[in-house]
Amino acid sequence: MYRYDDIDRETLADRAAEFREQCARRLAGELTEDQFKPLRLMNGLYLQLHAYMLRIAIPYGALNADQLRKLAHVARTYDRGYGHFTTRTNLQLHWIKLRDAPDILDELASVGLHAIQTSGNCIRNLTADPHAGATADEVDDPRIWAEVIRQWSTFHPEFTFLPRKFKIAVTASPKDRAAIRVYDIGLRLHRDDEGALSFEVLVGGGLGRLPHLGPVIRERLPVRHLLSYMQAILRVYNRHGRRDNIHKARIKVLVAALGPAEFARQVEEEWSLTDKAAVDLPGTELARIRAGFAPTGFETLPPVSTAFEAAKAGDKAFARFARLNVTPHKTPGYALVNVSLKAIGETPGDCSADQMDAIADLAERYSMNEVRVTYEQNLLLPHVKLDDVPAVHASLAAAGLATANITLISDIIACPGLDYCALANARAIPIAQDIARRFSDPALAENIGELKIKISGCINACGHHHVGHIGILGVDKKGEEFYQLTLGGSAEDDAAIGQVLGPAVSAERVAPAIDRLVEVYMRERRDGERFLDTFRRAGLPMFKEAVYAEAH
Amino acid sequence: MPRLIRFRDGVAAWAEDAFTAVDDDQPMPQGDVIISLARFQREGRDLLARGRNLGVCLASDEEPEALVVDLPRLSVLALTFPKFRDGRAYSAARVARERLAFRGELRAVGDVLLEMAVPLVRCGFDAAQPADPTTPEQWTHAARRFRHVYQRAADGREPAFAERQGG
Repeated sequence: MYRYDDIDRETLADRAAEFREQCARRLAGELTEDQFKPLRLMNGLYLQLHAYMLRIAIPYGALNADQLRKLAHVARTYDRGYGHFTTRTNLQLHWIKLRDAPDILDELASVGLHAIQTSGNCIRNLTADPHAGATADEVDDPRIWAEVIRQWSTFHPEFTFLPRKFKIAVTASPKDRAAIRVYDIGLRLHRDDEGALSFEVLVGGGLGRLPHLGPVIRERLPVRHLLSYMQAILRVYNRHGRRDNIHKARIKVLVAALGPAEFARQVEEEWSLTDKAAVDLPGTELARIRAGFAPTGFETLPPVSTAFEAAKAGDKAFARFARLNVTPHKTPGYALVNVSLKAIGETPGDCSADQMDAIADLAERYSMNEVRVTYEQNLLLPHVKLDDVPAVHASLAAAGLATANITLISDIIACPGLDYCALANARAIPIAQDIARRFSDPALAENIGELKIKISGCINACGHHHVGHIGILGVDKKGEEFYQLTLGGSAEDDAAIGQVLGPAVSAERVAPAIDRLVEVYMRERRDGERFLDTFRRAGLPMFKEAVYAEAH
Repeated sequence: MPRLIRFRDGVAAWAEDAFTAVDDDQPMPQGDVIISLARFQREGRDLLARGRNLGVCLASDEEPEALVVDLPRLSVLALTFPKFRDGRAYSAARVARERLAFRGELRAVGDVLLEMAVPLVRCGFDAAQPADPTTPEQWTHAARRFRHVYQRAADGREPAFAERQGG
């Protein structure tokens, strides 16, 4: 994995020093809270319901063992011994004291971590396919390009105060594991018959109040021009995006208002005037970054592992884990091992400091020192020998991390909701826990199959509810928590915004409603159909009837 | 009268402001003036013909491209930040410097705060009227905060990728 050089490290150190000064001015009363707020937000420090929350960036979801251990150390030393992984592959610590924040940033900087651009109206921490470098279906390693963008977007002087926040996702696979259609910019790498790489550029996707799937504004952008083209997109947005209404300030509103064709024309015009050579990286720098991601240390192994097969045959729990949490690797004899942070009854995305340490140890010992964070709020060990999967499973089980439910009904995305967040209308975590408990029987959950439930505590949609197979949105009805259900959404290749099922239901009726929906699906499904497929074929009314029948 | 800071070679210092900002409905005073785009479009060429040093102040929704023919004859281009969070003027500044080759004074006016020092200087501003009670020493310190930058902008600093090639 790419290791930061002196330039990267000194930049983090300079940032931490700057923030230490700003915190000192605040604590000495030289800055008011109003003046300090934008400064702390630029360093990922939010004031929430109960305490400060620090949002730590994990660029393109990639961590090494030392970094994960440092996160564990910070969670243990400065917080309550756990952290929360988010749908943007950040880690949030929810119980931070302001006076500790500068020390935390110093600690993070010592391992190449930071909280830069995890808040504010700037280019945020970017996300990429968590299977990067390990999956057979990628045409290139998307982390290379994610790192190119990370550097370019760090403290970009022109784009520090955009109309609104700006999020970028990158994938290099036909199968979308990075939700690129719901990003401000989604990038998909293609390789043509001659081997040349290009980007398909999507602009103006997003969730929140006005969900949009991003249209393609350029089919094939030669990769060497990535940054100059991005500059053109951002400049058109910075100059013309709405600033009169915070709810209409995202780029999706500009793209929708102009139409994708006109937006694309404006970008192309701006780009035609751009001195591309001044912006685009020279080939030598691209090669340097590429080298940072070069695969090393893979052994030549048989594609089938006797140890792995024997463990599957001898242990039903392991066999289930192997079916659900283990994914084929591009290198024979290796696998990706998904670590579910969705243990039944726990908070989705939460991970204790001890668990982080356990996963770091496994990464170091079995996964070439790499861990990934997925936008589905799970972790992933990307390079595990099949021979080692039984040992990894045993260690995960000992740490309470072997829940075999990836993509199943209990693998729920949930934002922190009203338990933590000042913006939320309703709680999300207890709803997720209720549903997971109801489907805690692993055989039942596996029989139901892939079913993606996504829960947001407010319309800002941090829990991606619009693109859940079942989406759940918390709303406030005269001071009471209610939940609106949507069906048929997806964030993947078959991306769609879910349809509203009917009137919002009270908290205690959510899990029973999910029960009804699953019953309809189980009754109606045809061979090989997922919940989403059955819903799309059979339509909304049947599901609606099942949920609301009792109310008539 | 607003105070003016000028940057020379990365060092900020108080500067005498020879220019008077004149509203659209104010009578035109003697001396060097900064006027709006609308007033410039009405009276600018006359004023220039009479040998005045002239500045134009653009609102945040006005673009320097509107001045392209006259830009080389202007002494000051003032770009407005109605709020410090409104970053349109950064793009306008880079376009003026890098695309339209404006060589006069590029002045940040409006809600201009110390924390903007880095993006202002990087986008080509060489003068600012701070709205907060800050000193040039603070601005010099803030603008020099980072030893490295990752992208080329209007300040001519060598970006990280070029530094790496050099090393």
